[in-house]
Amino acid sequence: MPEGFEPKIVAFFCNWCTYLAADLAGTSRIKYAPNTRVVRVMCSGRVDPQFILDAFAKGADGVLIGGCHPGDCHYQEGNYKALRRFVLLKRLAKQMGLEDERLRLEWISAAEGERVKTVINDMVEKVRALGPRVPARRKEVA
Amino acid sequence: MRASGASHGVAEESVRIGVYICHCGTNIAGTIDVYALTQYCGTLPGVAVAREYKYMCSDPGQELIRQDIRDHKLDRIVVAACSPHLHDKTFRNAVALADLNPYYFHMVNLREHDSWVHVDKLAALEKAMDLVRAAVRRVRWHVPLERRQVPIHSEVLVVGGGIAGIDAALTMANAGKHVYLVEREPTIGGHMAQFDKTFPTLDCAACILTPKMTAVKGHKNITLWTYSDVQQVEGYVGNYEVKVRRRPRYVIEDLCVGCMECIQACVFKQGKTFDEFNLGLSKRKPIYIPFPQAVPPVVVIDREACIEFKSGKCKKTCVEVCAERNAIDFQQQEEIRDIRVGAIILATGFEVFDATRIPYYGYGLYPNVYTSLEIERLVNASGPTGGEVVLRDGRKPETVGIAHCIGSRDSHTNKYCSRVCCMYSLKLAHLIKEKTGAEVYNFYIDMRAAGKAFEEFYNHVAEEGINFIRGKLADVYPEGNGGGRLILKAEDTLLGMIRKIPVDMLVLSAGLEPQADANEVRRLFNIGCSADGFFLERHPKLAPVNTFADGIYIAGCCQGPKDIPDTVAQSGAAAAQALALIDAGVVELEPNTAYVVAEACSGCKTCIPLCPYSAISYLDEKKAQINEVLCKGCGTCVAACPSGSIRQNLFEDQEIYAEIEGILTYA
Repeated sequence: MPEGFEPKIVAFFCNWCTYLAADLAGTSRIKYAPNTRVVRVMCSGRVDPQFILDAFAKGADGVLIGGCHPGDCHYQEGNYKALRRFVLLKRLAKQMGLEDERLRLEWISAAEGERVKTVINDMVEKVRALGPRVPARRKEVA
Repeated sequence: MRASGASHGVAEESVRIGVYICHCGTNIAGTIDVYALTQYCGTLPGVAVAREYKYMCSDPGQELIRQDIRDHKLDRIVVAACSPHLHDKTFRNAVALADLNPYYFHMVNLREHDSWVHVDKLAALEKAMDLVRAAVRRVRWHVPLERRQVPIHSEVLVVGGGIAGIDAALTMANAGKHVYLVEREPTIGGHMAQFDKTFPTLDCAACILTPKMTAVKGHKNITLWTYSDVQQVEGYVGNYEVKVRRRPRYVIEDLCVGCMECIQACVFKQGKTFDEFNLGLSKRKPIYIPFPQAVPPVVVIDREACIEFKSGKCKKTCVEVCAERNAIDFQQQEEIRDIRVGAIILATGFEVFDATRIPYYGYGLYPNVYTSLEIERLVNASGPTGGEVVLRDGRKPETVGIAHCIGSRDSHTNKYCSRVCCMYSLKLAHLIKEKTGAEVYNFYIDMRAAGKAFEEFYNHVAEEGINFIRGKLADVYPEGNGGGRLILKAEDTLLGMIRKIPVDMLVLSAGLEPQADANEVRRLFNIGCSADGFFLERHPKLAPVNTFADGIYIAGCCQGPKDIPDTVAQSGAAAAQALALIDAGVVELEPNTAYVVAEACSGCKTCIPLCPYSAISYLDEKKAQINEVLCKGCGTCVAACPSGSIRQNLFEDQEIYAEIEGILTYA
């Protein structure tokens, strides 16, 4: 693995739970790994599987989706729709050779600032261990 | 709503983007090199102006943007500052003031998501560059949008009839709005009605509360539904459709005058049922009124305890005595009432911590261990003992211990401070000493007397000869000699020694907890809870009574533990917010709705069952159509549409792809 590799993770966070949890982590000054870049969507149900594939195609080392806990969706059940698609996509991604740790769906409520840290740190650590996903980036980092 | 003439799916080539980096004092600039960031932003394609400023949200900061829009003919704006949840609207308005469509704008969260959470300055700068670059690419795709305007119903729903709900209801009713006040107990009044005197002024709770309760009952603008609960909430800000269940009390409210002769006449000569209002310190009959000043002054029949309901063979002496008014109706059924309201105030209150959860304090095991709320009933002149503070065997206590922080400031139960216990413990100490002359010992961790005239009250009580032991009560056990007293063991941290104090009575100053069903209630109203389980406010400082659901406000202890003055202040604030909303007459909704591009729709109907709001209909010409008024803009249908013919304003596919590309491009 190239030395000093820092993964870049695209995160799709829902506006009402996980994005607010990340805001709360900020106001609570909780420190976590600087490897994620958040794209705000209104609901995890808005996350089109093509967004995820596109992120990987463009060189993301990991993709994290954050939504409200089951039963807590601001739009009643968008997170269930997200979960359904996620399970399918995960199967597809496996066939394409994508390592399990690179694609993750997490339920993080607006009150769980601490969980933003644990999830992101854990994911960054695991993806860092896997190394860069795209050969081009491998070269670039090396 | 899309502005007329707005096209979709085209990124304008010749945009002139202005990028504004906020220092936020040192909040952002302390971690992120804002000068390097600004210089970098200036090199990005399409960026005409890139500036940094100390506080972008300040007046001069906003003016800077407006001036640049005019001088440099900017047509896209990116502000990199704090969370869009805080200042999205501020900057949209600033943009609009310069005659640019407010949706030609995007905000980057540099503070909450970057400078406040990272320590590595280089990594933070790199992240900031990625985020701003993503926004610059995204904003190219933006199209002008218009906010939808919908009318607001002027009626208001208040849930919970404690002091918070009562006060909010009266404030709005006095302003001429029609209020539905829904309370699940048979009477309004809440916990405050159970209290004796209130700290620090020692004015009697009933004397200040009951006039307000009566005012609710008599107000022409208030519809009071007790013994009722909210079953369903649909709709959106300004237009909530609510189903309220009115449980049968088996007494016709309009006919009962509250003479209570039926209670006298009941075949039960003595009450045998746990009296909820007195926390079981007395017994009530199956037909009862919670307390004499209950509002409405209407009796209730408890069908679990009533012989007529159990066997159908009661003599029904209650019906006989009520023959003239004929208010008792054993056939009464529950009713569902549908109402339409513009705003909702939740004032659902708290629950007292269940002291049996800490077994070593002996509550429920030793008869002379009481909770503070039970003592409130005992010292109350209208309570089960007529205001006599006596033990369960009728003796007067000579020594009393009061243990603070029961279920508060404790990692095993609740970490938070319940805020009211220190003060009500002082009040109870004063009242117990006044009534019994007993020696009173307070076991406390810290004395928290922050509030108007609170410290003075503490000094006053201390001067009366109440004993204070700084130390958490560690153990409670019966005295060895069989004298019936309890030994209270605690470390006196000021003396640095273990003390064992024998007492006749132990009072546990139980903390405040969220209602047991707070989670179900929050789901019903689509709001959130904070980590401690209380309802989550939109902003802890600047929007303390707002929630993330527009038009739904919170007041009182459902938001967190607080005393009566703070509760009333908050209910007033919630009422003011609701009034401001309603009096505007119309509400502007964010334009982030989904829409169907009819030419591309294949008519597959994938989207239709996905919509939780039934906003998608199927037209005769085999195309889907989205009702913009019903759509709340989650975007689930957009993600699911196989032909890509459903799009979402503000979250267009191209906008998100551009953002992803911006994040991952190493330019």
